[in-house]
Amino acid sequence: MKRLVLALLLCAAPLWAVEPGEMLDDPVLEDRARALSQGLRCPVCRNESIDESNATLAKELRLVLRERLVAGDTDQQAVDYMVARYGEFVLLRPDASGANLILWLAAPGLLLVALGIGWVTIRRRGPVDDKLSADEKAELDKILRS
Amino acid sequence: MLPGFELRYVWRMLIELGHFALILAFGVAIVQMIVPMIGAHRGNAGWMAVAEPAATTQFLLVAFSFAVLTWAFVTSDFSLQLVYANSHTAKPMIYKISGVWGNHEGSMLLWLLILTLFGASAAWFGGGLPARLRARVLAVQASIGVAFFAFILFTSNPFLRLAVPPLNGRDLNPLLQDPGLAFHPPFLYLGYVGLSMSFSFAVAALIEGRVDAAWGRWVRPWTLAAWMFLTVGIALGSWWAYYELGWGGFWFWDPVENASFMPWLIAAALLHSAIVVEKREALKSWTILLAILAFGFSLLGAFIVRSGVLTSVHAFANDPERGMLILIILAIFLGGALTLFAARAGAMEAKGVFSVVSRESALILNNILLAVSCFVVFIGTIWPLVAEMLFDRTLSVGPPFFDAAFTPFMVALAVALPLGSVIAWKRGSLARVKTSLAALLGVSLAFGALAFAIQTGRSALGPVGVMLGVWVVGGSLLDLWLRSGRDGLAVRIGRLRRLPRADWGKAVAHIGMGVTIFGIAAMLAWEKEDIRVAQIGDRWDVGQFAFTLDDVREFEGPNYLTTMADMGVWRGDKQLGLLQPEKRFYPVANMPTTEAAIRNGVLRDIYVVIGDAQDSGGYAVRVYIKPFANWIWGGAILMALGGVLSLSDRRLRVGAAAAKMPKPVPAE
Repeated sequence: MKRLVLALLLCAAPLWAVEPGEMLDDPVLEDRARALSQGLRCPVCRNESIDESNATLAKELRLVLRERLVAGDTDQQAVDYMVARYGEFVLLRPDASGANLILWLAAPGLLLVALGIGWVTIRRRGPVDDKLSADEKAELDKILRS
Repeated sequence: MLPGFELRYVWRMLIELGHFALILAFGVAIVQMIVPMIGAHRGNAGWMAVAEPAATTQFLLVAFSFAVLTWAFVTSDFSLQLVYANSHTAKPMIYKISGVWGNHEGSMLLWLLILTLFGASAAWFGGGLPARLRARVLAVQASIGVAFFAFILFTSNPFLRLAVPPLNGRDLNPLLQDPGLAFHPPFLYLGYVGLSMSFSFAVAALIEGRVDAAWGRWVRPWTLAAWMFLTVGIALGSWWAYYELGWGGFWFWDPVENASFMPWLIAAALLHSAIVVEKREALKSWTILLAILAFGFSLLGAFIVRSGVLTSVHAFANDPERGMLILIILAIFLGGALTLFAARAGAMEAKGVFSVVSRESALILNNILLAVSCFVVFIGTIWPLVAEMLFDRTLSVGPPFFDAAFTPFMVALAVALPLGSVIAWKRGSLARVKTSLAALLGVSLAFGALAFAIQTGRSALGPVGVMLGVWVVGGSLLDLWLRSGRDGLAVRIGRLRRLPRADWGKAVAHIGMGVTIFGIAAMLAWEKEDIRVAQIGDRWDVGQFAFTLDDVREFEGPNYLTTMADMGVWRGDKQLGLLQPEKRFYPVANMPTTEAAIRNGVLRDIYVVIGDAQDSGGYAVRVYIKPFANWIWGGAILMALGGVLSLSDRRLRVGAAAAKMPKPVPAE
């Protein structure tokens, strides 16, 4: 527990993340590495990507990711490589697979249900009938005549 | 005078007096919870009348208790465990004071202070309310107080003493030693706890079994005030993250941020639906439900922050027992209120009828979008917990999920806003404003196309942001203009000036929303970043600007060591200014922080950060150009300002004004 707290404190210290020495010379590869590392979570941190974190492990992961890209991995292969070693915990955007479908589909589902209920409610409230009933009309006539 | 008594003895036991006041307030809250409720039930005016003095007393006792704790922090009384753990004699005065709430126990005391303040305000300004409803509201409010008094006294007592006072304290987390963060928690709490008033009104109305237009008018100012405070609190937190965390991010979808964002979204929905109750006596049960949910999400936020189940930097109290207690409080209040709702909501008969194209329908759409977008945040926040407990999957839900799942709702909201805000109540028609709206659409598209043409790259984010921003801002202005009638220019301007403040509030708040949308999109789309090792004397270009690293010095601040760089900002040969980013080290807390230097501008912020000295010589330096960054918080300020304008509308003060008028004497 103590180690965890320590690790969290270290992560919380807001230094910066990507250091100049880590960056690749090829700007295209470096851009890809930055984009990918923004979607990968630092395993020992609070809600931080390896791009933002200054934890040692995050730095190592940034270097590993860049090695994979230099070795010719596609984006997907590089991410799969990380997931194979650190689990799906490192994905900041969870896969839409299995139970995660609930995560992805619950809100759109709820939206459809809500729109349905909303539509029924609106229809039930209308259409607005402005026509006066016979009684009202008679009363109005009376008022107007008097 | 007692023999041997001296005044300084009282002074020495000040802490105990503060502690005692807190216990007394607990007792008063129990009385206020029970007696007026029974009185309201039996129609006994004397019992109901207990509520008002009790609410005032509660507030005064807690205020005294809070003042004592503040005094202990200001005088660095390390015989108090809390002061020892969170303060230091060398700390600047403002952070000694903000240290009071920069920790779990103190922040709970602040929570209670605000809770009792709202309760007392309802007693002071609630003169226009029917006696029975007021007694019930105050009793429900007191019951929330009882729960939190018990929580603080039994699990989080700020007044615990140390037998042997240490010479100095352990200092406040350096991250929290910042003006933005000093005032972030009080505003957030004003918002969270302010929603307890809406909750109390909702529960009281359910007990009463009656919701009418007047109820809508009474509940709205409280909700509006709470929502404004939440807006400011969230904006302050986001602004703090922007300049303090060192890379200019402003929103991280961190569980704790989400905890404050969820009640904000629901409160925004509640604000709008309460208008429908007030003006058209429709959507009553839905509005009651929103009022319950809004405070429910506040409590959920407290649980998330205090329990540390979803760990984050904000959780200075990672204590499962406290988390469990808050969960029980949440279950009792939310469960109780929802049960009451299920039993009584059927009795809320709606009156107003309206057709498909009407303001009512538009506000229903607004409520659906806000509520479902809150659900997106909710499910994303708790999903890691659910997946681990139910499906044995350890996973993360981070910004990429929220960006993808949440943004569409805000886009839909922005698209619908101008349409909805110009439609008439009951039975509207877009035909009357078709030409104006078409023109506005054309202008928005033109601005979007212009942005697309100017920008480098083919990203759609920036142009779409521009388009939505112009559409929403223009729509709000159009709405105001349409309200001024059809006469000549001078007449219309005169009418504009006489429009109710609430109309101006609506327009200003909506403009704020448009400005924020534009700011976020523009900054994310057009930001420039440069990371490099710079030697002293180097000059390099980023975008249209050039930067020089002139000097790096080390010196001592009041309670930290700092490395400060002098960096010049240039455009061509002209020096625009000098930026001095710092890297600080707080020895007592053994913690480094970065202090970015920012040159704020209307069109862009220039943001520089100094990093470590490199082995090869020179320093790591980061430079960001962040276009329109300030518009993000500017929009939030406009939203809050809209709330203030709306709150100052005569209509909302009618209740208070009526109370001051002499009561008509009944004819004999």
